Amino acid sequence: MRSKSFSIADLVRKQIFIPIAALLLLALFNLIADPSFYKISFGYNSAGNPVLTGYLMTILDYGSEVAILAIGMTLVTAASGGQDISVGAAIAIAGSVILRVLVGRGGSGPMQRPVILAFLVAVLVAMIFGAFNGVLVAWFRIQPMVATLILYTAGRSIAAWINNNELPIVTDESFTYFGGFIPGIPIPTPFFIVIICGILIFCALKFTNLRLYTQAVGINESSSRLNGLNPEFIKFLSFVILGVCVAVVALIKVSRISTINYSVIAKDIEMDAILAVALGGNALGGGKFNMTASILGAYVIQFLTTTLYKFNVSADALPAYKAVVIIALVVLSAPTVREKISSLTKKSRPAVKGVS
Amino acid sequence: MDNIKKKLKNMSDTNLLLTITIVVFFIMYLGAIIFQGAGWLKAQALFNILNAQAALIITSCGMSLVMITGGIDISVGGVVALVSMCCAVYLDHPDNPDAADGNVFIAFLIAILIGLAFGVVQGYLVAYLDIQPFIISLAGMFFARGMTTIVHTNPFNVENEAFKALKNTRINIPGLGSVNKKGKYVPAYIEIGVVVALLIVILLYVALKWMKVGRNFYAVGGNKQSALMLGINVKQTKFLAHLLCSLLAGIGGFVYFLHVGSGSASHASGMEMNAIASSIIGGTMLTGGVGNIIGTLFGVLSLSTIQNIVSSAGLDQAWWTGITVAAMLCVFLVVQSVIMARKAKA
Repeated sequence: MRSKSFSIADLVRKQIFIPIAALLLLALFNLIADPSFYKISFGYNSAGNPVLTGYLMTILDYGSEVAILAIGMTLVTAASGGQDISVGAAIAIAGSVILRVLVGRGGSGPMQRPVILAFLVAVLVAMIFGAFNGVLVAWFRIQPMVATLILYTAGRSIAAWINNNELPIVTDESFTYFGGFIPGIPIPTPFFIVIICGILIFCALKFTNLRLYTQAVGINESSSRLNGLNPEFIKFLSFVILGVCVAVVALIKVSRISTINYSVIAKDIEMDAILAVALGGNALGGGKFNMTASILGAYVIQFLTTTLYKFNVSADALPAYKAVVIIALVVLSAPTVREKISSLTKKSRPAVKGVS
Repeated sequence: MDNIKKKLKNMSDTNLLLTITIVVFFIMYLGAIIFQGAGWLKAQALFNILNAQAALIITSCGMSLVMITGGIDISVGGVVALVSMCCAVYLDHPDNPDAADGNVFIAFLIAILIGLAFGVVQGYLVAYLDIQPFIISLAGMFFARGMTTIVHTNPFNVENEAFKALKNTRINIPGLGSVNKKGKYVPAYIEIGVVVALLIVILLYVALKWMKVGRNFYAVGGNKQSALMLGINVKQTKFLAHLLCSLLAGIGGFVYFLHVGSGSASHASGMEMNAIASSIIGGTMLTGGVGNIIGTLFGVLSLSTIQNIVSSAGLDQAWWTGITVAAMLCVFLVVQSVIMARKAKA
């Protein structure tokens, strides 16, 4: 016999409940505070392409960067039980590589090589740096946060060194499509890139053993070894996959401004990516994961950021407000607090054995 | 040789890593003296490093405490920036030049209160609600950085007479001065911050080595379950570690402020990473249960010595510092992990 209160408690226990609840809360807040938040207008950008503008489009646009990173970060978190804090620095490296291949060291002008070549080289470089992190974590058994601290410290310096600290500029209009709009399509391109990445990763999770193996390694490394898995390789693989995600975001990032700023590009994006994973309700200590919840979590983070911008919070003061929301969210989703809440709801109905 | 091997085998993890750190620091310093000349031989070269890094020593000590209990606190850089901004605004009132200047002693109290406030909130959330310390202190960092710009946006220098007098107070060390090119004797000096930092290092060393509280830190970080079995209040110990870390970040913030004498939102950027790096180089392990305060002191010294060596070797492009620090961190991490693996096998 299923009463109504039972189904609600059931829903609360589902992992994806956390990001959805946060999203609804934010949406409701905006609806009450200022409904014009949801206005989407149609216009033309400076290149004469039809574009949709509005706060929701901004969220789709910039949330996509975090969403792509969240895919890789979820795998790393699940397999290794730690987080990669070097993604921002790695994006700077990959972006620097893309520009170096396209226009040469400190060059400025039209592209000399096809974008796909530049992108593939960047993917390769990002994978190598991911592999460096992966080797340190998997075989040298260094905690992920500390191992990636190395690249975090050196990354932006390496990025500047690749282009001899000069700023290459790409003048082609077509290069801006990846981070902007493709002519004729009024929805920002990064959103389509997320869809492609999402389909790829869901196919990988559905048709290969990636999900099972990653979770097995994250839950209990030694028992997964006894079952014939190679935990080192799984951890290594998760870092390499994150490397691919990094290269994709780097392409979007440099395409947005057609150049690069080594110390500012993708600053603090690692924090947003980790938050997206946490907001998705994934255990930061590794183990089970829910990819959809992570991607949704990324858009929730961007929703929050955009909401704050709308209320004229300056970019520098933004983190203070973000922090308050983060603390509220993690406190509400903390196991101890959730237990208390569910015990409160339990009291209101007769105890059912075997539910918890 | 066999004797040394046996000794190495019987050494605790903490002592082994400490020995490596100290040996590496002296080799590095010796190398600098040999290859880069007599400038390094002056006592003032070492004292300059101490003067510049006193705040980092204090915050790194706090970081080591948290890391020994198996946690982490990445909010320390933010707290340092917030403390120096609040003290600067209190002492100088940049928006209201007519108001009376603040008292330096009360500024120090403000620093301690800010540190304690961060410590209580973060410690409670981490220890009693069992939330990941990384996420909590990440929020703490965001909050502190954001608040710093809310308190005051533009950087400014403090023009408070009492404060300036304190800032310029130098403690001359007799017998270690040098004679400059004109034949004039220049005494070697340290700033007040260094005295504070060294006092804190000694206090924490004693507490960690001989006091019950300190031993509890190691027990909780080494194995939570067995610490619980021994009757140690694990939650309280964790809370205390985070409280002390933020308090030390507050004191470190005041020392930092005393050294730079200005308030700015970009102060101490990346300091949390330097503090973590110093602790690791000093032999503290993030898994918890292993670490030493003296090692942390040498970690800070090694980190800034290598930076000075790199910049005086003519590699002064901005990227070399980042790359060398990272390479050094990498070497230390790999050495630690190899030693641990060999010890586990033996």
